Amino acid sequence: MEPITEHTGIGVPLRRSNVDTDQIIPAVYLKRVSRTGFEDGLFAAWRGDEQFVLNVEPFDRGTVLVAGPDFGTGSSREHAVWALMNYGFRVVISSRFADIFRGNAGKQGLVAAQCSPDDVELLWKILENEPGTTVTVDLAEKTVRAKDFSAPFEIDDYTRWRLMEGLDDIALTLRHADDIAEFERGRPAHKPVTLPAEQSQ
Amino acid sequence: MAEKRGRTLAEKVWDEHTVRRGEGAEPDVLFIDLHLVHEVTSPQAFDGLRLAGRQVRRPDLTIATEDHNVPTVDIELPIADPVSKTQVDTLRKNCEEFGVRLHPMGDAEQGIVHVIGPQLGLTQPGTTVVCGDSHTSTHGAFGAMAFGIGTSEVEHVLATQTLPLRPFKTMAINVEGTLRPGVTAKDIILAVIAKIGTGGGQGYVLEYRGSAIESLSMEARMTICNMSIEAGARAGMIAPDETTFEYLKGRPHAPQGAQWDEAVAAWRELRTDADAEFDAEVTIDADALTPYVTWGTNPGQGLPLGESVPDPEQLGDEGAKFAAEKALSYMDLEPGTPLREIAVDTVFLGSCTNGRIEDLRAAADVLRGKKVADSVRMLVVPGSMRVRKTAEEEGLDKVFLDAGAEWRQAGCSMCLGMNPDQLEPGERSASTSNRNFEGRQGKGGRTHLVSPLVAAATAVRGTLSSPEDL
Repeated sequence: MEPITEHTGIGVPLRRSNVDTDQIIPAVYLKRVSRTGFEDGLFAAWRGDEQFVLNVEPFDRGTVLVAGPDFGTGSSREHAVWALMNYGFRVVISSRFADIFRGNAGKQGLVAAQCSPDDVELLWKILENEPGTTVTVDLAEKTVRAKDFSAPFEIDDYTRWRLMEGLDDIALTLRHADDIAEFERGRPAHKPVTLPAEQSQ
Repeated sequence: MAEKRGRTLAEKVWDEHTVRRGEGAEPDVLFIDLHLVHEVTSPQAFDGLRLAGRQVRRPDLTIATEDHNVPTVDIELPIADPVSKTQVDTLRKNCEEFGVRLHPMGDAEQGIVHVIGPQLGLTQPGTTVVCGDSHTSTHGAFGAMAFGIGTSEVEHVLATQTLPLRPFKTMAINVEGTLRPGVTAKDIILAVIAKIGTGGGQGYVLEYRGSAIESLSMEARMTICNMSIEAGARAGMIAPDETTFEYLKGRPHAPQGAQWDEAVAAWRELRTDADAEFDAEVTIDADALTPYVTWGTNPGQGLPLGESVPDPEQLGDEGAKFAAEKALSYMDLEPGTPLREIAVDTVFLGSCTNGRIEDLRAAADVLRGKKVADSVRMLVVPGSMRVRKTAEEEGLDKVFLDAGAEWRQAGCSMCLGMNPDQLEPGERSASTSNRNFEGRQGKGGRTHLVSPLVAAATAVRGTLSSPEDL
């Protein structure tokens, strides 16, 4: 994962609440076995509408998505994060994220910045009044800035640290491999195993 | 320092699986007892292992099946969609390479991942269960801590058999009273989601409790826990009891002999202590519930079947009003239309929410001796091959076929339309699945979420109905 401490890019106002992961990328686009190429499915149902924000200059070059509450609800598909990142987004701002989406974003280096509903509304107005306005998301300061607007955002400190350091979760956990092995030795014998009995001994 | 108090069920299971407590902002490291794998969210995870030169740490705690993509007709033929086929083939290769047990298409134990786990007796009280699928919450019906994860986390569990996580908050959902005839677990959960909203459960584990929950079968409890994610919750749980033990006894992977007694003794401890405190509490009156259906494009947009399509103008806040307007436009519904007058084209009975044998029995009881309306196509898709076999032994397939419904092979099917089972643009369904999102069942398709009883009655009448309308 690439470290990220600050990002500046064109803000895209997505005035919708409950943008579930089926909207971000419909199931029929989930069939690749790679992590790339999912941008073609991003918001697929809406992309056919030429008024849709990503079909409008200069928003099509946006990298900071500003969406309504309950962004990323529904299916656990990490493809939603890949699709956003494959398209070019580096940050999503919302007043409330679904838990699984937020987790997935943090693993891949997509910043999920939670702002107050009022600040999201202000950002929408700025971006709609002056299309092409850039938004800066500063992880060190935990602030979002656009022109003379500045507001704090929330992100959990551990995810923020990992994003800023560009750290791999698995490697971090494997520092505790001894603890895992010790835990496994203490597990009760009645716990289930998936292999047929003769193979699991 | 907080006073020492009792613990909730969720806290007990969490504590028992904590390999290491996080310090400061660091998450805990949680051990995972059971990892369920399917073809859609795993290929990139196995690929990640390969790139890093890592192995699957515990193949004996991992099991895979093919469900999301698989066709539900002509399963003996190669999968027609080449991209679906690639995904299924990739899973087969990965399972072979990494030593993971797989129940492929055609296998007697193949089926939807959340149907086969419990059916095999792998889902047990007090375990931690994960899968790259948000409906993993289903397994919480056994008093397991079960939740959906993304593909990076799938890779993490494959490599370490753990996950780094901050503890979840806890919410009690008290459902007291007695359900009226014709009112089911699906109606309870749709009412819960309508009450707390699609974000209401965010960050929480929901514990469903109370007399109405205790009286439910395991299958009904799974329906409720399954849709916890639709309220935004990480997981849903129900404390295990005699009903749970009875369901598990004798299943292929359930403990046997002395281990069974040891397990049951441990399982009996899995209850929220009397002096435990939840972070939030919600109460639902079971006596007052009637069949619920959704009218909008998220599972929180639901109402009792006896009501009418709401008027966005009458909805409280601006956000709800705006969302309702968008939903009604997509659903092509007029405010004030009685829900019972909404005509559907398709009825889908199946999914990890309502594709179990009890669901099929309930729908068959309504359909027996009746006909699906000429204007309606009804798909019956068992949740697993074992459910299908049991249903055929009981003659339920005949009931469905005689009524004019289609009797299919097992899979996720029209719940998400990744295989050819999809709605056409503009088509309307009554569906026993879990999501009425725009385009979920096919581009431009319109979904009303319903119970199996409502699905069956709707198939007969052609408009949203409950069995009492027949």
